[in-house]
Amino acid sequence: MNRTDASGADLLSSYEWGIYYDELFGRPDAPAAHTEAIRRRIGALDFAELRRRAADAERELYNLGITFLVYSEKEAIDRILPFDILPRVLSAAEWTKLEAGIVQRVTALNLFLHDIYHDAKILRDGVVPEDLVRGNPNYRPQMQGLDVPFDTYIHIMGVDLVRDRAGTFRVLEDNGRVPSGVSYVVENRHMMQRVFPDLMQDIGIRRVDDYGHRLLEAMSEIAPGGGSDPQVVLLSPGAHNSAYFEHIFLAREMGVPLVEGRDLVVENDRVYMKTTDGLAPVHSIYRRLDDNFIDPLAFNPDSLLGVPGIMDAYRKGNVALANAIGTGVADDKAVYCYVPRMIKYYLGEEAIIPNVDTRICREPDALRYTLDHLEELVVKPVGEAGGYGITIGPRATRAQLDDCRAKLLADPANYISQPVVDLSVCPTLTEDGIEPRHVDLRPFAITANKTWVLPGGLSRVALKKGTLIVNSSQGGGSKDTWVLEDGQNEGSAP
Amino acid sequence: MNLLARYAESIFWMARYMERAENLARILDVHETFARDMRGATNWRSIVQLNADEADFFARHDRATAETVVHYYVLDQSHLNSLVSIVRMARENARTLRPWISTEMWTQINVFYNRILALRPEDVTVQHLSRVCASIKEACQTHAGITEGTFYRDQGWYFYQLGKYIERADQTTRLLDIKYHTLLPATADDGSTLDLFQWFTVLRSTAGYHAFRRVYPRGMTPATVAGFMLFNEGFPRSVVMCVRQIDGLLTRLKSRYNLRRGSEAMEKVDELLGALLSRPIDAVIRDGLHEYLDWVQQQLSGITKEMGHAFFGQEPAAAAAVQTQ
Repeated sequence: MNRTDASGADLLSSYEWGIYYDELFGRPDAPAAHTEAIRRRIGALDFAELRRRAADAERELYNLGITFLVYSEKEAIDRILPFDILPRVLSAAEWTKLEAGIVQRVTALNLFLHDIYHDAKILRDGVVPEDLVRGNPNYRPQMQGLDVPFDTYIHIMGVDLVRDRAGTFRVLEDNGRVPSGVSYVVENRHMMQRVFPDLMQDIGIRRVDDYGHRLLEAMSEIAPGGGSDPQVVLLSPGAHNSAYFEHIFLAREMGVPLVEGRDLVVENDRVYMKTTDGLAPVHSIYRRLDDNFIDPLAFNPDSLLGVPGIMDAYRKGNVALANAIGTGVADDKAVYCYVPRMIKYYLGEEAIIPNVDTRICREPDALRYTLDHLEELVVKPVGEAGGYGITIGPRATRAQLDDCRAKLLADPANYISQPVVDLSVCPTLTEDGIEPRHVDLRPFAITANKTWVLPGGLSRVALKKGTLIVNSSQGGGSKDTWVLEDGQNEGSAP
Repeated sequence: MNLLARYAESIFWMARYMERAENLARILDVHETFARDMRGATNWRSIVQLNADEADFFARHDRATAETVVHYYVLDQSHLNSLVSIVRMARENARTLRPWISTEMWTQINVFYNRILALRPEDVTVQHLSRVCASIKEACQTHAGITEGTFYRDQGWYFYQLGKYIERADQTTRLLDIKYHTLLPATADDGSTLDLFQWFTVLRSTAGYHAFRRVYPRGMTPATVAGFMLFNEGFPRSVVMCVRQIDGLLTRLKSRYNLRRGSEAMEKVDELLGALLSRPIDAVIRDGLHEYLDWVQQQLSGITKEMGHAFFGQEPAAAAAVQTQ
């Protein structure tokens, strides 16, 4: 379907998305009515013009420095997250359900964290295996018995969702430590408004640009004493961190200083930043550092990125940290399997967004099943992020499967397995025309006293034909994600 | 709003590096003009002398030819005083400052750096050098204009201006010093063609020739040129002009933001300004221009050091500049 010829035909007329659910077209038996107007507009575009706009957008992203750092063997390279200018569109009804599901999930995870760091009822009741929690490398005994404002631990949450063949959204993974990607959501929208105003015109799209404002409000709410005008800062590992652009973006949106560990000191269990006029108090810290690096006195003693003594200030309630210390135990890939049961346990509800069926290889039955069905399953190490170490059975070579089997047998507790989810696809601009590419969705939720979910989220797209891995470190790109306003082109969403 | 000490330092150095890049582009541009006009290869060596880079340069190259000198000062990434390195450091500071500076400032420096980085040796051969230098100079001036038009006026603005004027004063003394030094044998022979040509070069590289002519319509002596560049009250690159700015900026910075520290830096500025205003150029030359310029440079570096203690959170002992002088 080479469309480089200026035939004048509808650009989407020969688009075929196969067996997958398509984000713009839906299912053959249940077409997505809410995207009809958008499809018509895209279809009427000229291919060369589309390519030109895409090139403009990419150049602008690079010039603006909306980049992440990739480390090769020798050097750090600035890369833009490739941006696909064809949007992914969610109906108001779809979003209402997702939003409720995310609020439910965040609520349950915060209850879980409060529970395990206090009375541990859920462990005593045998709903979640105790050793999975206490033996977890991300479980922090330092948090035991400590009360945090509003009992909120995960203030900023990213939930990775995928959509299966039937069009059902499922949770693939929770990100409750330092989820990243929200800056791209906002910047992608800005980019879209610059290069594609005609596509967006008169289509009611929910705004995404007040994320920074919401985040600042949450950071202020959790500040000690709920004081008026607390000093909020964003703590970054520094300019060499791959997500540095996002740290810049968020600090700027909140209008707060972006600090590094070396800018902060702790005196008498209070945190200060070094300014041109000496030390100034700091009350609330959005930290983009892992627990391990935040305080060399409490955790990894070799960390040069953190602030010695900050954990004591935190425990005394003199400074707020978001996310709280010790949330990693809740976004663990093995603990993930128990989240639907947690929701039931704490809230008495069924999970609004189901998990992907997952097997925990530490359990003998699950291990046996996994080994017997290796060719059909995705096997993931529980501790890795960024798509590393994953074996996708149906696409693996014999040698890769053997390797995977050996690793599973050597350390079964380190792995989970899931069926291959046929990720939904979305029309995407490629060299050869508009083609289907797999996408996922990472919505972001902010929680202090209550939870707010940014409409939409980051749609990551696997740009390489046929691949399912959407991570930026593995050649993925992103799309603008539109949530339509209520009553806007509303159709029968599945 | 509070300004992080580290940001203040980065702003200060971003301004210095951009000013430094502009000065280097000016010098290369003007010298290239004369390399074309005159015979002999000595001109290229003089740029190396002017920047006091002889030891480092001749450790890398056998001869100072157009090719080696231009490479050394424009493209050589391992040479810290090359344009690409200077702009890289400006960009590194700007990168740190992205939450603080305007998006337009960052974007322009980022694009500017990527453009210099993309230069190939064939882009900077002698016949193209003037155009490349002009475009670099213009990029620096664009930066200055964008900064003037978009940089929010708070403490950061003062540190930016302080960096710019300290660097500019320093660059003017260096230009004058090396030039005077190399021309010293010719002073007995005032008005020789070579001599005039060289002074003409000095003035041209600081865009001061026409201003100089307005003040001194007839004649040109090393003393009048040196006096103009040191003490003229209207020439934007004169040392007095810069130090007056530094004086006013520090005073306003301290009072407007109630900064408790910085008295030592102010004392040093007062001392320098007083000295600059108290002696005529003839007396300065009689007692040794080189020693005088050296002292001015030390004072400027002392002011930077005191600013480091007062505002950048540097311990007095560890003040040996993190960034290169």
